[in-house]
Amino acid sequence: MSRLPTGGQIDRARKISFRFDGQYYKGHPGDTLASALLANGVRLMGRSFKYHRPRGVLTAGSEEPNALVELRTGGRQEPNTRATTIELFDGLQAKSQNAWPGLKFDALAINDRLSNFLTAGFYYKTFMWPAAFWEKLYEPIIRRAAGLGSITTKPDPDLYDKGFLHCDLLVIGAGPSGLAAALTAGRAGARVILADEDFRMGGRLNAETFQLGDVAGAQWAAQAVAELASLPNVRLLPRTTVFGAFDHGVYGAVERVSDHLLTPAPGKPRQILWRIYSKRALLCAGAIERPIAFANNDRPGIMTASALRTYVNRWAASPAEAVALFTNNDDGHRTARDLVAAGVKVAAVIDTRTDAPALQGVEVLAGAQVTDSTGRLGLKSVTVRQANGQSRKLDVGALGVAGGWNPNVALTCHQRGRPVWDGAIAAFVPGAELPQGMEVAGAALGQFSTHAALHGGADGARRILADIGISATAADLPQAEDAPVNITPFWHVGGTKRAWLDFQNDVTVKDVKLAHQENFRSVEHLKRYTTLGMATDQGKTSNMGGLAVMAELTGQSIEATGTTIFRPPYTPVAMGVIAGRSTGRDFKPTRLTPSHTWATEQGAVFVEVGMWLRAQWFPQAGEKTWRESVDREVLATRASVGVCDVTTLGKIDVQGRDAAAFLNRIYCNGFAKLAVGRVRYGLMLREDGIAMDDGTAARLAEDHFVVTTTTANAVPVYRHMEFARQCLWPDMDVQLISTTEAWAQYAIAGPNARKLLQKIVDPGFDISNDAFPFMACGEITVCGGLRARLFRISFSGELAYELAVPTRYGDALIRRLMQAGEEFDVTPYGTEALGVMRIEKGHATGNELNGTTTARDLGMGRMVSDKKDSIGTVLSRREGLNQPDGLRLVGFLPKNPQARVLAGAHLLEPGADMTAANDLGYVTSACYSPNLQSYIAIGFLKSGENRMGDVLRAASPLTGEDTEVEIVSAHFIDPEGERLRA
Amino acid sequence: MIINHPLLGPCDAQEFIYKGDARLIDRPDGMIEGAEAAFFDYAYLRDNPAGQHRELWFHEQGDRSWLVVTRNTVTHEITHVELARDVARKSGQSA
Amino acid sequence: MPYSGFRVIKEALSGHKGWTPAWRDPEPKPHYDIIIIGGGGHGLATAYYLAKEFSQHKIAVIEKGWIGGGNVGRNTTIIRSNYLLDGNEPFYEFSLRLWEGLEQDFNYNAMVSQRGILNLIHSDAQRDAYIRRGNAMLLNGADAELLSVEQVRREYPFLNFEDARFPIKGGLAQRRGGTVRHDAVAWGYARGADSRGVDIIQNCEVTGFRIENGQCKGVETSRGFIGAAKVGVAVAGNSSRVMAQAGMRLPIESHVLQAFVSEGLKPVLPGVITFGAGHFYCSQSDKGGLVFGGDIDGYNSYAQRGNLPVVEDVIEGGMALFPGLGRVRLLRMWGGVMDMSMDGSPIIDRTHIDGLYFNGGWCYGGFKATPASGWCFAHLLATDTPHPTATAYRFDRFEKGRMIDEKGMGAQPNLH
Repeated sequence: MSRLPTGGQIDRARKISFRFDGQYYKGHPGDTLASALLANGVRLMGRSFKYHRPRGVLTAGSEEPNALVELRTGGRQEPNTRATTIELFDGLQAKSQNAWPGLKFDALAINDRLSNFLTAGFYYKTFMWPAAFWEKLYEPIIRRAAGLGSITTKPDPDLYDKGFLHCDLLVIGAGPSGLAAALTAGRAGARVILADEDFRMGGRLNAETFQLGDVAGAQWAAQAVAELASLPNVRLLPRTTVFGAFDHGVYGAVERVSDHLLTPAPGKPRQILWRIYSKRALLCAGAIERPIAFANNDRPGIMTASALRTYVNRWAASPAEAVALFTNNDDGHRTARDLVAAGVKVAAVIDTRTDAPALQGVEVLAGAQVTDSTGRLGLKSVTVRQANGQSRKLDVGALGVAGGWNPNVALTCHQRGRPVWDGAIAAFVPGAELPQGMEVAGAALGQFSTHAALHGGADGARRILADIGISATAADLPQAEDAPVNITPFWHVGGTKRAWLDFQNDVTVKDVKLAHQENFRSVEHLKRYTTLGMATDQGKTSNMGGLAVMAELTGQSIEATGTTIFRPPYTPVAMGVIAGRSTGRDFKPTRLTPSHTWATEQGAVFVEVGMWLRAQWFPQAGEKTWRESVDREVLATRASVGVCDVTTLGKIDVQGRDAAAFLNRIYCNGFAKLAVGRVRYGLMLREDGIAMDDGTAARLAEDHFVVTTTTANAVPVYRHMEFARQCLWPDMDVQLISTTEAWAQYAIAGPNARKLLQKIVDPGFDISNDAFPFMACGEITVCGGLRARLFRISFSGELAYELAVPTRYGDALIRRLMQAGEEFDVTPYGTEALGVMRIEKGHATGNELNGTTTARDLGMGRMVSDKKDSIGTVLSRREGLNQPDGLRLVGFLPKNPQARVLAGAHLLEPGADMTAANDLGYVTSACYSPNLQSYIAIGFLKSGENRMGDVLRAASPLTGEDTEVEIVSAHFIDPEGERLRA
Repeated sequence: MIINHPLLGPCDAQEFIYKGDARLIDRPDGMIEGAEAAFFDYAYLRDNPAGQHRELWFHEQGDRSWLVVTRNTVTHEITHVELARDVARKSGQSA
Repeated sequence: MPYSGFRVIKEALSGHKGWTPAWRDPEPKPHYDIIIIGGGGHGLATAYYLAKEFSQHKIAVIEKGWIGGGNVGRNTTIIRSNYLLDGNEPFYEFSLRLWEGLEQDFNYNAMVSQRGILNLIHSDAQRDAYIRRGNAMLLNGADAELLSVEQVRREYPFLNFEDARFPIKGGLAQRRGGTVRHDAVAWGYARGADSRGVDIIQNCEVTGFRIENGQCKGVETSRGFIGAAKVGVAVAGNSSRVMAQAGMRLPIESHVLQAFVSEGLKPVLPGVITFGAGHFYCSQSDKGGLVFGGDIDGYNSYAQRGNLPVVEDVIEGGMALFPGLGRVRLLRMWGGVMDMSMDGSPIIDRTHIDGLYFNGGWCYGGFKATPASGWCFAHLLATDTPHPTATAYRFDRFEKGRMIDEKGMGAQPNLH
């Protein structure tokens, strides 16, 4: 027998087809994979982690440790998926995992025979000799045997979304307490979110047979859900797991939008990550039944009693014709009653309590214990030791084990709250320190009867709402069962055979005993040494048992023994949904320069520079290597004129009466006296005296400067300046705004730069060398009235300008510049040529301003003014930053011009051993200079200023280069600066 | 985390950049005798309490205010939020 | 009782009755020669080497909770010596060499697995920096290898080579890097120290120092006063709290770093891999879980837990690098409290109080340093001179301007 003739919340009218391990089966809508397999007579669904023991379902919910399968195929293959939570769909394909060659015969089940050697922590005591064998022999064997399911490593083809939700009250769990809470709050007009991991809301009400008022529990739940769905202020999130409780009422939740479909509908996500911002939350997560450990208690067919009851009541699926129950509390008897009512033969109820109550129509063996079981691939019988000491064998295909219920406190621990022991129900309940804004109701709080759960939920919601200023009336709640908890704690049956505590990780009572013997007695040591509770279920069904055994061994109470706490996520969450759409090319936003479209038309090669994409070079027909293009761009610029988009450099507008005084404190060099219409190079230090960033500041008016930063530091420098403005000198009259994206800016460089510019600068603006000399700046108009800013600054070392126009004119301007420059053979150049020219000129950039270098190292020590208190001045004076043999920026010219010098090479004396003791410095930037027809480089050398003309080695053992270089000035081209003043 | 901005109301902490101890407001005078020792203390030493901590957050994805947030480093509970500029003025920083 | 395969077999055949406690739980004595505060990896290693290498006696390790409960029990298990700066590289290389012989040395299989670590390169500037670093490693006697993108692809064919926002342009590999079973490190050192007479005193919280005339005489604890000639503090994460009891302010902030593990998978990731264009690094444990992490949350915290934005940031990085991770599930996440120092490097030094020594400021690099940290701290405690590989880890380096700043971020702990 498998599918019962009647009952269950399945659509018997429709059949759906699915495959497990290649075999076709039929099920119904409403089934899970687990219920459908049981209904098809399949009890064997998985293998355990260590011993590869045959396993079936232990539970009917997300706490399942055993029935893990690989669901779907290809890039959608999803390992370790719990058969108990997979909503059945037509065409579903699943296969068993961690078994080879197959589930019924698994070669690694040999481990089970060797279990005596593979006890807890055995691997810490062996595999140490010979040392080299660990990586080569032992570990590969262990790794292949370990692991659970597998992935294909193919990209996941599905989409994932993320969103934010806000609410007054988040209700987590839609069982009786959650529904009562949501109804109370929803009717009061509060913004409510009700989330439940199941595809059918109702929690245990869907798995029980009792009445609520005059309707069945499941029906009452359906009515409640229907009412909630009609309320505009209530959002229902079925198939949604609230997986984590974070600070200040923020919860993480995953909605499984399409996991019940063969593939997501086109354009629809597979799952959504909701970040729920709640004023308050009520945790109504119910409780989880725990097993009792006894010899061979892990066979397929042995499960928690409530799971057995759920399969029969909710899915009309009975795992076997004859079943038995093993209990230490009254709830086990309820399962027996339900099974009998559903027509399942209950061979006996084995109750550990000597005073066990009697049951109508079922034999109750009071004071009895299950001592063993048989049936390798599926339970065949259990052996019972009766109160009188006699042994009795029961031939059953399933055994429901009822060890009592543990409130589902996982989320209460996410901010490190510790549950506390409640002896009355023999379980841990939420402790006093809950996440801010969270309360708990229903079975999660230890309110186990339906009556208590309903009232706990409703009262909790009213109390919470009152606290946030919403008044709610007492809900009209139906009559419901109010059975007391009658339990006599009983954790494991004594004996010498293995009795499982953690099913997935194969941790047995013996392992806990060994841990105790070896002094791994604290719960954290126990967990880590035995791996108890470290499996994919986080020990929801196992921790309690392990703890109880340890308490027994140490002679301490359970509360004194302590408990481990749960971590997020509540149940495992797909990585894909946490990443959302931030994958592939959308991993980070892409910032495009104003000339991007034009550069694309020119066939430019682009490079990532932070978030920006910049043109790296512009290949022309016939050029075979990047070097050919770059050399051409450099030579053409230095020979005539080149244009480069430099918009990415940071721009900060500084205005106010104290603007000059402010910059004077931000830069280490003086700015107070800079004349209007002039630009000055500025070096910023961090407060620790290290160079932070460099750039220029242009004084457009008495109270108006434009500061430029490097591309990489645009944001940090702005933040730093705002810090100084608001926190250090709050009364300075100065305002800042970042205008990086407001202005398109182009460098126009080369001997013909002025001639080119004169063609587009409007008449009336004199940009002759006399009127607009090196380091001049001004607000002008170009192209017939377009507002622009012109700066005569040079990064290339040539006669050069930077011209800025409002960003929306950036595309037009580059086209106009190229057109106007035709007569000069104007050349667009990219970041590579820019880099070559700045190395030729010896300008420092990111590689030199690497966060460890000082102004002095950069050869700018004299810029640091000691006449004023600017940021970083004081700490730049520390002795360690002013050593006579400190690093200095110098140039390197290889003795053989065609010998490559590599950035990252280290400097050593010729003939010196290649050791750190002989390390004299390093190369920061290197390139081939088409002007010098030689490789050139710059970098930092100890006492560099005293080594001019010396020959050293630039050695890179990593890449095989070892080049003799002459130490020269870092300014390879036009050291006197005649070109830029031309 | 959520920071209750004194001007804008509750804002997600993701909009902010964290700097550290609010004592960074109290920058010593660089021109005084013994400035180096004062700056060493200022730049490098921290109380780093387990409990109430006044700290600087910058509303980078918002209104660009620097805030002084009083937050418990054990529970993360935030009890007070001020504009850093107001705090700076109160502690004697001016121009 | 030495551990060995033979012993495991013998015990298996005789009911495992012969296994004895891995360490004792002794009552504290009134006085010790040396007390180490902190029963984490560093403290236990210090005690072990004091007893084994420096012939010290009467040593106690005092732990407020249970040993190995701090960062040695909650890190991502990576060992490597791929540092750049002179102050660091010799120390971390010393540590890696100690790892290489550790299991035989302390007779405990900590599963030191030299599966290699690969730092990916995504830009020219990054390549320049990694070449400089790789050369520094070689000059210091460590191993380093620069890989082309094709070499990376051969080893990690499933990474995103086709559709990446920041394409992989190569990598810097250290083949001797790898992973270690972190808890076993604490237990191995504890067992080794205990067997050499060290008292490991759990559940004993230090509540103050007894300091007389500038001399540390011992510690006040939840179990009474315990006298000592020398006290070494190794409580990274809580350094500021403990040293405040001696009246010291430190160049340290406490920050939370989150770590993550996925459900178990059959072998997929051969070594340790770090993404160079986002915050993500990952390895696969022997049990099959992908163990990964990213950046610290960024705000001062003692909470041992973090928040969702960083979780998203880390996993976005993971997906960007390895698009096949989408269906792999995150199993568990947790936080550890880091001593973030002002230059990103640690401190192993005497204090201005005689007899009081300090070891801390490990940022998120403390695990790989465990053996060398223990050895060097033991050296300092036993000889009152720094170990040659740890001479730069001084308190006064900030005052003197001799920072050891690998990342170049300055006095901003959350950026290191």
